Amino acid sequence: MTGPRPADGGTGAAGAPSHTGTFGASGIIRFSSVAKEYPRTGTALAGVSLVVAKGEFVFLTGPSGSGKSTLLKLVYMEERPSRGEVRVSGVSSSTARGGDIARLRRKLGIVFQDFRLLEDRTAEQNVLFALEVTGAPRAGMHAKAARALTQVGLASKGTSLPRELSGGEQQRVAIARALVNDPFVLIADEPTGNLDDRATRGIFQLLRDINAAGTAVVMATHDMELIKRSELRTIELNRGQVVFDSAADPAAGGGGAR
Amino acid sequence: MRLALRESARSFGRAPLLSALSVVTIGFSLFAFGLFGLVALNIRNTVRLIEERVEIRAFLIDGTPVDVAAVAVGDIGSFPEVARAEFVSKEQALTLARRELREFREEFDASVLPASIDVRLKDGFRDPQTVNAVAARLRSYPFVDEVRYGDEWVEKVYRLRNIATITGLVLGLAFAAVSVIIIGATIRMTVLARSREIAIMRMVGATDSFIRSPFLIEGFAKGILGGAMALLLTWGAHRLFTQMVLETQFFSPRVAVAGVLVGGLIGALGSALSVGRHLREVT
Ligand SMILES: Nc1ncnc2c1ncn2[C@@H]1O[C@H](COP(=O)(O)OP(=O)(O)OP(=O)(O)O)[C@@H](O)[C@H]1O
Ligand SMILES: [Mg+2]
Repeated sequence: MTGPRPADGGTGAAGAPSHTGTFGASGIIRFSSVAKEYPRTGTALAGVSLVVAKGEFVFLTGPSGSGKSTLLKLVYMEERPSRGEVRVSGVSSSTARGGDIARLRRKLGIVFQDFRLLEDRTAEQNVLFALEVTGAPRAGMHAKAARALTQVGLASKGTSLPRELSGGEQQRVAIARALVNDPFVLIADEPTGNLDDRATRGIFQLLRDINAAGTAVVMATHDMELIKRSELRTIELNRGQVVFDSAADPAAGGGGAR
Repeated sequence: MRLALRESARSFGRAPLLSALSVVTIGFSLFAFGLFGLVALNIRNTVRLIEERVEIRAFLIDGTPVDVAAVAVGDIGSFPEVARAEFVSKEQALTLARRELREFREEFDASVLPASIDVRLKDGFRDPQTVNAVAARLRSYPFVDEVRYGDEWVEKVYRLRNIATITGLVLGLAFAAVSVIIIGATIRMTVLARSREIAIMRMVGATDSFIRSPFLIEGFAKGILGGAMALLLTWGAHRLFTQMVLETQFFSPRVAVAGVLVGGLIGALGSALSVGRHLREVT
């Protein structure tokens, strides 16, 4: 079912706790006393302050409705904070305009639970799409797309349509699309939420490999098994507040603080 | 740009009926502008011809001494609106009348026609208001019996032109509004059909103007098509009228091209007005 696994080159690097340098002054993502209130549903986030450093891998966990997706939306500036400031790679939520946000997103990779692929386009065309609509130079587009597909282990499936691919493979296409613009951080909102165990492990391993190659990863997930096994920095939300951050309390180990 | 063109071609195919309807309404809008514009243009030409002949004739009371009349002619000749003032004696009036109305030659005698002062106005002073003002001033001379000029005529033609202009504007604007609404509906459909694509574009960092451009190009293209259609219709109507009724003038090529471009503008404007709102609905 799942496509061929990529070479397991990331294990060494990813095995070490990666939250060193979390408190460096220059995080790539910085939340300062951020609150988010939605018009009808009220408070989704309250008093969130955190820093994600360059190249870090961060799990974001917490019960349903605790604000994980909202926090990620604030990172890619789909939403703006009601109070406080979000700063991502020098772009501030208080001053960013439409164009700034578009340019910022080219340097972010975003992946969702439901893949969000275009059904009438092949895997390669889906990856190319991200280059075409952001005004990337035409020369070298195909080479870039092919490289991204190879990176996710789908070099041989470029001409397949999404419906001809397994869930895990579809998520790999989505990840290839997220990677094709060489992002500094990959934002994944429950990327394994729709996948079985085997595909989940494959995708998680792929994310660790990508992280090992230098890209920071922020991944929202409910999967406690995954968190416990991997001993990575974990931020837990509950009712819109950070109730646990393993970077602030390393002794507690990865996740499972509840 | 290439992508934008491809996308706008696609959405034409996605909603052929609505797209055709937008083109047709823009076409009708400009056809209305064009037709009434043509009427106004031709009336203006006619009016100019008439105006060139506008002459105010002040008939003098019988027995007005010639030297009094001569002073008045000098006076009137120096009005700023007046090009030329001329004294026409009873005898001259008779000769003129006999020449112009050959068949009634025998019925005139010198006692019938009064002497007059004929006044020609300068170019640019031949509109009804100025003519009226000058006539009133002529009337104030004690030895002037009656002042005549083609007042009713000129005013009627002017009124006709104004009616044509207003009708054209109102009809044209109404069709333009309808076409803007239909374009909005078409865009709404397209945005909904492409909502997934648009959401992905935003996610990977396409700018708003990039996302918007296919819609604007599409609107512009529809407008140009509508404009071309209107040009054809207007020209056809003009040919028909010229053949069946009387020779009329058509727009200059420059005006015709401008009209088609206005179509493009209406289309692009219709798109611009609704695309932002509809795009905001997609998340
Ligand atoms: N667009 C929105 N408009 C209004 N309220 C919203 C919106 N998105 C989220 N919320 C509310 O904000 C709160 C947090 O939602 P969020 O989606 O961030 O939670 P989550 O942690 O991602 O949950 P899940 O694990 O189920 O995905 C919820 O109470 C939700 O109802
Ligand atoms: Mg969520």
